[in-house]
Amino acid sequence: MKTFSGETLSWRTADGAIELVLDRAPCNEIGSATLDELEGFVAALEPLAKDSHALIIHSARKEGFCAGADLRELYQRSQDLPAAQRVAGIRDFLERIHHVMNSLDAAPLTTIAAVHGVTFGGGFELALACDLIIADKMTRFCFPELRLGLIPGFGGIPRLKRDLGNAVVRDLLLTGRSINTAKAQSIGLVSQVAGEGDVLHVARATAAQLGKFDPTTAVAAKRFIKPVLREELRREIDIFCELFTRPAVEAGLRKFVESTDALPYLP
Amino acid sequence: MDTIEKTTNEILTLAAAHFKVPREQLRPDDDFFKKLGINSLQALDLLTRLEQHFHIELPDYELQGVSDFRTLAERIQFRL
Repeated sequence: MKTFSGETLSWRTADGAIELVLDRAPCNEIGSATLDELEGFVAALEPLAKDSHALIIHSARKEGFCAGADLRELYQRSQDLPAAQRVAGIRDFLERIHHVMNSLDAAPLTTIAAVHGVTFGGGFELALACDLIIADKMTRFCFPELRLGLIPGFGGIPRLKRDLGNAVVRDLLLTGRSINTAKAQSIGLVSQVAGEGDVLHVARATAAQLGKFDPTTAVAAKRFIKPVLREELRREIDIFCELFTRPAVEAGLRKFVESTDALPYLP
Repeated sequence: MDTIEKTTNEILTLAAAHFKVPREQLRPDDDFFKKLGINSLQALDLLTRLEQHFHIELPDYELQGVSDFRTLAERIQFRL
């Protein structure tokens, strides 16, 4: 399928680049509808990649790239299940999202996350699955999960550690603070900075540059330099599920859900 | 080192310009959420602009519970 327009996202190809556009109010929170459509995208990716040299993932929401998992849905689904089945439910969701992230991570073309604004939690993890992060100068990156008594569950810790090392992971994970684009570039997370509102232009220019190279060589280079993190990713799912059963997590999620703020995870 | 008054004044000028509020309507003790009419997302935007203006990092946990310009200036002052 060369083009798709769904409830939460769409994709199309132009000039040899696939563009995956996230578009779910308020800030592309990843729940079951987004997950279904992301699974559809990764299923379509291999045939799409035969005629493309790059994938750009970006957001149509002015608020930002992606605020992470849909915690309201996560809480509600958890409440709808008997206690004994809650962990199985969350594990199933995590297995599915890991499949999506792993497919993007190892995609047979160069992937670019073109981010702006809120790039939090699962949104940050989605960006980390990509080969390059190009950021609007007003982007903020954050792992807020510890505020809920959880760790990031979409593969973010192993991927950030792979790219930047343990000290950066500890800082972002243990403080839960957000960092701006300048800081993210200074630590090597962001490869290029775009002016406000211009990130897609910069990402497209970069994708055009990628198209000048032999695609087989580009894929070989990527596979050589981007190790697969199988064991750490499996361990992350186990730790998340262990933590998820604690009453503190349910209380944290309930507090989030009951908040009247449109974006209650922000300071 | 800049004085707290100078830092506060720079914050007020920056906030007025960005959120299109007349500068003369802003006072150091004003609640910036109310006075600027901003939500938490826009507060995050303000934080980024302040970090860029003062060339500092200001962790968002330092702003929890802060809602007036003067206290915001004090937090920034610690980082200058």
